[in-house]
Amino acid sequence: MLREIRPAIVLLLVLTAITGLAYPLAMTGIAGAIFPAQAQGSLIERDGKVVGSALIGQEFKDDKYFHGRPSATLAPDPNDSTKTVSVPYNAGNSGGSNLGPTSKALADRLKEDVDKLKAENPNAAVPVDLVTTSASGLDPDISPEAAQFQVPRVAKARNMPDDQVKQLVASSTQGRLLGLLGEPRVNVLALNLALDRAAAK
Amino acid sequence: MTVIGWFQIILFCAIIIALTKPLGWYMTRVFNGERTFLSPVLRPIEAGIYWFSGVDERREQHWLTYTVSMLLFHIGGFLIIYGVMRLQAVLPFNPAGQGAVAEDLSFNTAISFITNTNWQNYGGESTISYLVQMIGLTHQNFLSAATGIALAVALIRGFSRASMRTVGNFWVDVTRCTLYVLLPLCVVYTVFLISQGMPQTLGDYVEATTLEGAKQTIAVGPVASQVAIKMLGTNGGGFFNANAAHPFENPTALSNFVQMISIFALGAALTNVFGRMVGNQRQGWAILSVMGVLFLAGVAVTYWAEANGTSTLHALGLTGGNMEGKEVRFGIVASSLFAVITTAASCGAVNAMHDSFTALGGMIPLINMQLGEIIVGGVGAGLYGMLLFVVLAIFVAGLMVGRTPEYVGKKIEAREVKMAMLAILVLPLMYLGWTAVGVVYPAAVASMANAGPHGFTEVLYAFTSATGNNGSAFAGLTGNTFFYNLTLASAMFVGRFFMIIPAMAIAGSLAAKKSIPPSAGTFPTTGGLFVGLVVGVILIIGGLTFFPALALGPIVEHLAMNAGNVF
Repeated sequence: MLREIRPAIVLLLVLTAITGLAYPLAMTGIAGAIFPAQAQGSLIERDGKVVGSALIGQEFKDDKYFHGRPSATLAPDPNDSTKTVSVPYNAGNSGGSNLGPTSKALADRLKEDVDKLKAENPNAAVPVDLVTTSASGLDPDISPEAAQFQVPRVAKARNMPDDQVKQLVASSTQGRLLGLLGEPRVNVLALNLALDRAAAK
Repeated sequence: MTVIGWFQIILFCAIIIALTKPLGWYMTRVFNGERTFLSPVLRPIEAGIYWFSGVDERREQHWLTYTVSMLLFHIGGFLIIYGVMRLQAVLPFNPAGQGAVAEDLSFNTAISFITNTNWQNYGGESTISYLVQMIGLTHQNFLSAATGIALAVALIRGFSRASMRTVGNFWVDVTRCTLYVLLPLCVVYTVFLISQGMPQTLGDYVEATTLEGAKQTIAVGPVASQVAIKMLGTNGGGFFNANAAHPFENPTALSNFVQMISIFALGAALTNVFGRMVGNQRQGWAILSVMGVLFLAGVAVTYWAEANGTSTLHALGLTGGNMEGKEVRFGIVASSLFAVITTAASCGAVNAMHDSFTALGGMIPLINMQLGEIIVGGVGAGLYGMLLFVVLAIFVAGLMVGRTPEYVGKKIEAREVKMAMLAILVLPLMYLGWTAVGVVYPAAVASMANAGPHGFTEVLYAFTSATGNNGSAFAGLTGNTFFYNLTLASAMFVGRFFMIIPAMAIAGSLAAKKSIPPSAGTFPTTGGLFVGLVVGVILIIGGLTFFPALALGPIVEHLAMNAGNVF
């Protein structure tokens, strides 16, 4: 058995160097050469400033923007570091609500949000993704129904015709890959950037 | 449920079946030490590593030496992870300035990664540095996966050899698996993942100013290189806290689909390696069929339950299924399918929060793990787990006809059956035993996030996942406490090594036996009768062991939900 000691140490160190250092560092180098934008996090700049990532949702509260899904992400309480507070779309600490199907807290939250949305747009059914939190808390997308649902509010806040806003939603909608994989969706940040551009014209 | 949803599920299965044979062919060549198309590049590196490490590649090991080598290797791996986590504050590649990780959390994470569990009590982007991600976690993702595959190959040799004292050389198997199988696949896979939008950088976290003027700190890092091996090696430990639900860790529907395939690919291929090594590929396909039957049953239940939604959603007129804790780009079907795959294999990556699944939708992942993760299973671990059940099934068949049971030319005798039972019984002892403690010990009770039966399920899920070396969680449970860090670590340790040691003892005992040619009285192990028998044995043993616990958790919760109760 004693002769197994040397491989246990040396082989472990060699394989650590290969898989733990050489491999990730080489891949980082290759990434920077072929896909630099993706490797950095698909960042979006406007007027030379980073406004976010195309893949990461951000919080929208203003009526003139389309809103994303509710987010359950947390951050340490600035006043007491042993506690956490709700900070939606905290891209430094992803996570979901983890509330179960028979949770009273979830039932109460859903009811409150549904009532709010019904008051905002009584003419359409409330889309389920607009009242449920995502798994990551950073979901960049909403369903096309959830975008359509918000059109009257956004159009009113911007003094734009409903049809023009609808058109922007339609052009921002991505379908299934090859008509098969994934779900139809609208990237909220991309849609809001398109709205701002349309309004600036 | 939709037609397009089922089409995605069928496409997934078809691709796995199509990959099984070519991957199995390649891996068989690798483990038999034959030349492959990568040999011109890799053979000199391999030979150099053996020379430098003092490994004689022609010297084979007795099963006990093989097992001890594996244990020594893991002790070293444990020390590396524990060391870099404790010292990360003073080591390089730490742009976010993460401080030293606490002793109990470092201990838990080190055990978690050497046992291929990758339970996440650590918070990814909020706790650990890039160096720990690379040298601690990425590296151990490779080595724990290579170890699992090596052990499965050693057990297969036990079946395929006759009258031999050795089962292979652990150092050679691990090195060849890493160099010829895992690394080349990961290099190609990483490039694909980056093309889909996965970050791969050593730069700082990004500071963005949102359209509404708020500050948003966006965590990035060397993500893609870790995710590739996390999936292929069925490790599952996330770069980020939200794991494969995080848009950076799973940016598109395509990245999601390929990630699901990569969880099953090597595990399914090992059934073909088994068939080839014992001289009849149909033996491998029979085992894959057993896995397939159990898998599709699970997918159907979870998909139906999630698409159906919950009473709370119905009462508010919300349709479209249970979207709480799921991402829009994956929707109901890809989230349900992923959950069943990740727990059937011992991967444990999640693209949706299992804690928010419906009672029955979340019960299937739990059952998958309680059956011992033998439906494809962890790379290697799934196959040796399944072979233990096969040994029992063959034993039961032998009892029925009053004849000494045989499997692929080997007599299955008292020693093999005892070892198989030991491995199969030690798992429920850990997860049921610790769950019993977890639901009464006050410091543990405080960790539950949900009240009522769902809280019980959170605890049961945690210990099941740890014992099964899965690593997925009902993540509402606060696991980063002294109690859970230590008890979960013990469950992971026992769940891994008390399965491996009996499996290796069987390997050694089988390798030493003579091979007997099949006769008219041999029970055929390639047909439907055999598949049905193994499925039956798995469900009976599993059902007897954990049905009472399920009745207290998800089953009672489902009934309560239908009665309109909330907690």
